[in-house]
Amino acid sequence: MRNFDYIRPASLPEAVAAGQQPDTAYLAAGTNLVDLMKGGVTAPARIVDITRLPGLSSIEQLPDGGTRIGALVRNSDLAYDPAFEKTYPMVAEALLAGASAQLRNAATVGGNLMQRTRCPFFTDAVSPCNKRAPGSGCAALGHATRIHAVQGWSEHCIATNPSDFCVPLAALDAVVEIAGPDGAREVPLTAFHTLPGDHPEHETALRPAELITAVRLPPEAAAFQGHARYLKVRDRTSYAFAVVSAAAALTLDGQKIGRARLAFGGLALKPWRVEAAEAALAGQAPSPEAYAKAAALALDGAKPTGEANAFKIELARRVAIRALTLAAAGTPARIPALPASPFGIV
Amino acid sequence: MTATATPLNAAAGTRHGSSIGQPLTRRDGPLKVTGQARFSADNLPPGTLHAALCVARIAKGRVTGLNRSAAEAHPGVVAVMTPDNAPKLAQDPDAKAGPFIFRLDLLQNDRVRYANQPIAVVIAETLEAATEGARLLAPTYETETPRIGLDAGDVFTPDSVGVGAAPAESDGDVEAGLAAASSTIAATYETPAQYHNAMEPHAALAQWDGDRLTLHMPTQGLAISQGRLAGLFGIKPDDIHIESPYLGGGFGSKGVPSGPQVLACMAARMVGRPVKLVPTRSQMYGPMGHRGPTRQTLRLGTDAAGKLTALDHHILTASSSFDDFFEPAGRATSTLYASPAIAIRHEAVRLDTGTPLFMRAPGEATGSVALESALDEMAHELGMDPLAFRLANYAEVEPITGKPFSSKALRECYRRGAEAFGWTGRPLQPRQTRDKDGFLVGTGMGTATFPALIFEGMARAEIRADGTGTVELGAIDMGQGAWTALAQIAADGLGIGMEALTFRMGSSDLPNAGIAGGSGHTATAGNAIHAASQDVIAQLAKLATDDPASPLYGAGNAGVTAADGRLTRRDDPSRSESFADILKRAGRASIEGQGKAGADPAAQKSYAMHAHGAVFAEVKVDPDLGQIRVSRLVGAFAAGRVINPRLVQSQYYGGMIWGLSFALHERAEMDPRTGRFLNDNLAEYHVPVNADIPAMEAILVHEEDSIVNTLGVKGVGEIGITGTVGAIANAVWHATGVRVREMPITLDKLLG
Amino acid sequence: MTIPLRLTLNGQAREIALDDPRVTLLDLLRERLGLTGAKKGCDRGQCGACTVLVDGRRINACLTLAVSLDGAEVLTIEGLAEGDRLHPVQAAFIAHDGFQCGFCTPGQIMSAVGLIREGHAGTDPERIREGMSGNLCRCGAYAGILDAVQDASRGAAGQNEQREDAA
Repeated sequence: MRNFDYIRPASLPEAVAAGQQPDTAYLAAGTNLVDLMKGGVTAPARIVDITRLPGLSSIEQLPDGGTRIGALVRNSDLAYDPAFEKTYPMVAEALLAGASAQLRNAATVGGNLMQRTRCPFFTDAVSPCNKRAPGSGCAALGHATRIHAVQGWSEHCIATNPSDFCVPLAALDAVVEIAGPDGAREVPLTAFHTLPGDHPEHETALRPAELITAVRLPPEAAAFQGHARYLKVRDRTSYAFAVVSAAAALTLDGQKIGRARLAFGGLALKPWRVEAAEAALAGQAPSPEAYAKAAALALDGAKPTGEANAFKIELARRVAIRALTLAAAGTPARIPALPASPFGIV
Repeated sequence: MTATATPLNAAAGTRHGSSIGQPLTRRDGPLKVTGQARFSADNLPPGTLHAALCVARIAKGRVTGLNRSAAEAHPGVVAVMTPDNAPKLAQDPDAKAGPFIFRLDLLQNDRVRYANQPIAVVIAETLEAATEGARLLAPTYETETPRIGLDAGDVFTPDSVGVGAAPAESDGDVEAGLAAASSTIAATYETPAQYHNAMEPHAALAQWDGDRLTLHMPTQGLAISQGRLAGLFGIKPDDIHIESPYLGGGFGSKGVPSGPQVLACMAARMVGRPVKLVPTRSQMYGPMGHRGPTRQTLRLGTDAAGKLTALDHHILTASSSFDDFFEPAGRATSTLYASPAIAIRHEAVRLDTGTPLFMRAPGEATGSVALESALDEMAHELGMDPLAFRLANYAEVEPITGKPFSSKALRECYRRGAEAFGWTGRPLQPRQTRDKDGFLVGTGMGTATFPALIFEGMARAEIRADGTGTVELGAIDMGQGAWTALAQIAADGLGIGMEALTFRMGSSDLPNAGIAGGSGHTATAGNAIHAASQDVIAQLAKLATDDPASPLYGAGNAGVTAADGRLTRRDDPSRSESFADILKRAGRASIEGQGKAGADPAAQKSYAMHAHGAVFAEVKVDPDLGQIRVSRLVGAFAAGRVINPRLVQSQYYGGMIWGLSFALHERAEMDPRTGRFLNDNLAEYHVPVNADIPAMEAILVHEEDSIVNTLGVKGVGEIGITGTVGAIANAVWHATGVRVREMPITLDKLLG
Repeated sequence: MTIPLRLTLNGQAREIALDDPRVTLLDLLRERLGLTGAKKGCDRGQCGACTVLVDGRRINACLTLAVSLDGAEVLTIEGLAEGDRLHPVQAAFIAHDGFQCGFCTPGQIMSAVGLIREGHAGTDPERIREGMSGNLCRCGAYAGILDAVQDASRGAAGQNEQREDAA
């Protein structure tokens, strides 16, 4: 690991000021940043430790019925917050389906949004990778694995975003609150992560020296609490990144679906929200046929990047149907023993 | 079979004392649960420097440049060891002097033969400086196209497979057997390269004093390591002192010293200070061995009654470009089922990878998944119950050799396992059962087998005038429980309680107890201990029975038995004397004895010696998503005398979990273009986590074997894998109707 | 130049002059403070062998920069037993043979202590298995680990009941 200057600012303005120096990284728990530094994937000259910044560690119920989650709230604290779990059950389920208890105890909300891809050609620090070394090419293109994208990829990058948490956040229209040299601003979570396009080195909407201060769930997000599930298919029962995951949420008006939300993990470089599928569900009776139709729409445009990940398109279709079925059946009273697992029957 | 004369109990074989057979908890437990057990990397003598490896990121070619000055300029870096300045060795590390000598990459040239091969070592005052120094070396290469994958090389027949086994064996005419069969099947199965991934990396802390080397290093073979290092450094084995009291798992990968451990010794010699080198997890994918990949084709024929007429097993495997270890995947086929015609043939290719090595149940694990799957496919073809089919082809004598088994309680394993599992009434057709939640449920079984091996080993024992005793030998505990089980044998051997026993092991200064591998360590070390303690008791008995003042005087051929610190007349239990009294009267402070263990050539020639078992698995599969969960595993195993049932059960569980891991999880992935790994880490090279583990049961089936060795013990460490992989694969088929012949069975293969 | 670092380590206040900001909590414990109970199995948050409690919560020491912990309370396996009296989780691991080689054991035990404190799993085997899934055991001692954690968890619940009765 390259040596670095360690700076611990006492306030947000100080942090932003420190962040304006070139080659600086903000450090929260470090569960991803320190890992990447150990692997030589990233080598900042300056580390600005933001973990002591005041005012970023609370979960706040807003007067409008929404919720603001401070960027430094730890994943497990959020997942087990009784009010939060009750109101946004699929977010809690997604959080608890991610990583391990130890990592969730450390990892922060802001840090989760900033997770880098697990693409092995990115993390190996030597292969051609346009994300790590712009212009060097994409080694994954010729040897895609099951981790690689089937939606939203480009000829320059086929990586995926590994976050579970971001998937239900995208479905619920979460908003990312940002502070930076030019003051505060906010970005919808669905626009926070950027698709690779021609510039995979640009990963988020953050501008230089900006940092996440909070994630806000809008008032409407609470409406889904009775019918919301996160489903994660993975290669071992726990402590594994998603092969494919989906967040599904419904409101039911009598016998009909009122509003629907659906987003995928594991398919693209960002949580993959599918509004066309959501629209197709609205006003329909909750039925296998309706889910199948929505799921088909949801995978519209999906394209494998190799033999090894072609199966993910069909799998995602089935995951969507199952997640919708589970959501329609109702949120369980308690998060299952195996959160988000198909075997997590309560 | 022991070299030491054993006038006592010779006919009885061994003494049944108060310790053997008891489910004692681990004697090393208190140290291990408090963090006080000192593993190799936990040592830090004053003045220790830290070393970090720089490894090749190509698989074939040459290192053309290393930025030595950048590394040297990094604060804290003390030295950079490269082929330019690495100490020259007394022996070419590529010289092949025996089956346990593996070629090592020790910075003697600029050649790269596999990804993650060490190409430099940076030595620094701190671990952080050494690690960054290694990164700053930023190697450049001349790269050649690597050969990766079983289709990449030219196929040839190796001279031997495993450690010295013939590449082909046969009995009868397989083609004729297939032609005469009323039913046949042929199927090809693949198993991937797997990596041992012991939780403890292959650490080494080396310190030189002139030409004497002190080494803290986890090793399954103290004497083998001494011999290898002595050859490389041109010093005497006795001048190498290795401490290896605890291994954080070995599974075969610590059977011989790895290159990085030797590099630590070289680095320490170069800088003249103690050096600690602990490879990173990813650096363990290459120079520490792995389970070689296989592609296996089985052809089976049966008559109308379901009796095998032919069993043909062809194996294609791979070794490295520069050394030989060929996965002996045909081993289970040569011993498990009766058939008038059996043929086993291994072929191989050479790849630009590190050299494969023995990995827990080498050969049996890979071969058994193919064999047990094929048996299942054949039973289905015949419409027979898979267990009934196996019983119909039960081998009463070892096939091919025709030798009788020294013992074989496999029928009882089948019976007890099937009963505990509830096998009876299982539907023959697949995809018949769902649970209340709609998951597909399937069951499958497999036969487990592993040879009962014994190696050369020695031990020393002592009884003192205060009635306490000592037993010591260079045995190794890598998790199997040697600290406990061997001490139980020692206590019974000396006829004292565990509290009166001092037991030492894990150091090269003690008598050579052979390698802790091949599931043969309890047999080897245990029988050596038994022989050494018999030697002590014999001397003690002579003192007493020759002494007119002793109540045992003249016991003569009637003999005496040793228990509870006393010798007692066999024919008159009222006449006994304490060890302490015997020694005191004789004016002796102590009596010391020696003992040896080793294979008995006569018994080996006449008998086949194996442990056996039967494993039953139940799996649940999501019908739409393909995700698999093993819901129950029941194994019943017969492996001779059980020294400590608690530890033996844990060994079976561990083996069965390895089987689950083999069936559903493990696979090293490489980029065929570069030979680099895509998952050389524990996040993406999956081994099971706790949530993957089902309800388990391991049944210890009683088996007595007076032939296999004096103590009558067989090995228990590896057998658990062998039946389990096939049982799970067969259960997945039974649940889904999909026969997956390429391990691991992952959800994408079940999506249909 | 060193960085001053104050920790409460296994109940004792420590003032540490940290020689390098890159030092992780794990390497601080193991290579500088002589506390080698926490183990390095992967150094990348993928195995759990380095699990310790920081401010009462189980975390991976290998991914935590020591410098960021100024003022924190750290509990390692060495601080768990009270003198010769094993912590109930330690005793349960011995009684249920919850380990073989013992290398992952300090991490397993600290993780179990953390899990029981968190209070979400109770004695439900499925929740314990899931909650302990951040600790790999290559020997395959998972069955014993489950039994040990269930046992210790039952004991902890019993103690709480007793306390409530007393109150």
